[in-house]
Amino acid sequence: MSTVSELPVEEHDDAHVGSIGDYKSNSLWRLTLRRLFRQKSAVVGGILALILLFMAIFADVIAPYDKNQTLIGIEDVKRRQSPCIHLLGCPEDQPQHIMGIDGNVRDEFSRIVHGTRVSLFVGFFTVGIAIVVGSLLGAVAGYTGGWLDNSIMRILDVVLAFPFLILAIAIVQVLGRNLTNAMLAIAIVSIPAYARVTRASVLSVREKSYVEASRALGASNLQILRGRILPNALPPLIVIATLGIATAILETAALSFLGLGAQPPDPEWGSMLASERNQVFSAPHLVFFPGLAIMITVLAFNLLGDGLRDALDPRLAHAGVKKE
Amino acid sequence: MIQYSLRRVLLAIPVILGVLLVAFIMARAIPGDPCHSMLGERATQEVCDQFIMDRGLDKPIPIQFLFYLRDVAQGDLGVSLQFGRPVTEILGERLPLTIELSIMALTIAVIVAIPAGVLAATRRNFKFDVFTMVGANIGVSMPVFWLGLMLAFLFAIVLKDTPFSLPPSGRLSAGVLPVPIYEVYGWEIQETGIVSFILTFVSNMYILNSILTLQWDILSDSLRHLILPALALATIPMAILARMSRSSMLEVLGQDYVRTAKAKGLKQNKVVFKHAFRNALLPIVTIAGLQLGLVLSGAVLTETIFGLAGVGRTVFEGITARDYPIIQGFVLFIAVGYVAINLLVDLSYGFLDPRIRLD
Repeated sequence: MSTVSELPVEEHDDAHVGSIGDYKSNSLWRLTLRRLFRQKSAVVGGILALILLFMAIFADVIAPYDKNQTLIGIEDVKRRQSPCIHLLGCPEDQPQHIMGIDGNVRDEFSRIVHGTRVSLFVGFFTVGIAIVVGSLLGAVAGYTGGWLDNSIMRILDVVLAFPFLILAIAIVQVLGRNLTNAMLAIAIVSIPAYARVTRASVLSVREKSYVEASRALGASNLQILRGRILPNALPPLIVIATLGIATAILETAALSFLGLGAQPPDPEWGSMLASERNQVFSAPHLVFFPGLAIMITVLAFNLLGDGLRDALDPRLAHAGVKKE
Repeated sequence: MIQYSLRRVLLAIPVILGVLLVAFIMARAIPGDPCHSMLGERATQEVCDQFIMDRGLDKPIPIQFLFYLRDVAQGDLGVSLQFGRPVTEILGERLPLTIELSIMALTIAVIVAIPAGVLAATRRNFKFDVFTMVGANIGVSMPVFWLGLMLAFLFAIVLKDTPFSLPPSGRLSAGVLPVPIYEVYGWEIQETGIVSFILTFVSNMYILNSILTLQWDILSDSLRHLILPALALATIPMAILARMSRSSMLEVLGQDYVRTAKAKGLKQNKVVFKHAFRNALLPIVTIAGLQLGLVLSGAVLTETIFGLAGVGRTVFEGITARDYPIIQGFVLFIAVGYVAINLLVDLSYGFLDPRIRLD
């Protein structure tokens, strides 16, 4: 059943429908953006993500101290000192450290700010690798079909049969313990998700008449994949990539927590948390703040990803959006 | 249905073999040799050669794999390089904890998440719905290891002298020793054999053992020790399940037959639980089954934080110590567990929705 707003705008310029000026063009991306802005949670996620991006870019300006600067001999502070915020009643003669001092007498806030850079890089880099390899494998599998499809998908099934973190731990052990390898491990483990989504999209458009038309016009397989098929797989990929950034940050932090990712003195939140975990009862702020930072970052991308999914939901795609 | 199950089990064999092969190759790809990681850096070449030969590690990898498959088929998972004891024995000791922890975590998740999700769907856009979804979004974004540490801090330090105080680590309090079921009832058990394995296994599930043998103080002590790790482990599955229950219910509540039921004048509760909920259950059960993988991944972190010797921590330590048999044995077990859970989930469809025929 069609609704009024679904009807072509030009033909229904009357009092019941509203004037042409009440409507905006319905390109997929414009519609998506408009729907995205209507969702409070997605807007919150987007704003949080922008703030984090801003913090990562201007970390050197925002952070009052260098990420690895020890304050011994510079300020009168103690190891693992609790936060001191002047606004909250901390004496003015004491230096302000809003997140306290860590076990190596460094300003925790400065390290958290610099950690934003590491975490966002981890998120984008990991998803970048996974999306390129995954969508390529998925596209080839879906487009060619037959034994190649079967072999690729069965291999990916094996990867999926492992619990995510356990496989990542094993890969890091093989490659060596550092942040780059931890990111690679998380990327490898995430590949099946991207491959499956791409393959499903490819299968759904492979037999469409416009693909056949391109083929009849003599387009090569590569041209068809690039020009006709992959653009159709893009919306679901963007959604899982946004959610994937959240997962990548969370899992890489977990690897760093286990001592398999970033190594001290890198200001990575997971490893910062790990190095102070035994002090949780005496200096809880050193565990609380890095964890909170991870949670806020992951939350930002989860909210944004959920919002994008709702905005790109094909069931709503033809609902038409009226100017409000 | 039996035919369907058999076919599914047969189809799972290549995947399990693949998992085994990957685990086998990966265990051997970890740099460093097992001899030095087991016997220390000062082990001489001769000692190492003997160590490698005794364990058959000098043979080509394909041959080692074939020998391993033969042994697995006979129920022999090898001897741990770290502990010098059979892997099955270690599995029998450590698996019970992980099973109890996972069941407790999944139970907490299901009990809280499904009612919350269903209620949120029926009160869409009201305060309860907003509150539940904000909670679910935060829950799904929380690092398990951080939550675990924070819970330990809250319940062991902040609430120390209150009735809510809970122990931050360990499985039982110091000095508390459960009596195994076979000793309580005076059953003689052999050193080896399937019966003794099962009895030891049940005895190591402290909660089940204490219920079966009526040791209530042990039951309360082991439950108190497991609450915090189970809560930490339950958070993410809880959040995912709540979101899934809500969206699945919303979809069903928008169907024509639900409108018809309402139009007939049926009470809201009857419409929600009799007409809508059963139909919304299918995706919820699928997602609940899939949480097992998440729980096992989370178990590595939770068991590390709370000082529990379970499967997750053992695999992690096995990987770090290049203990090939432990890695292979535990990964095999996890893969089989995965396949079994997925099969159970698929079989449950037939019960939940009689229109689905499994064949």
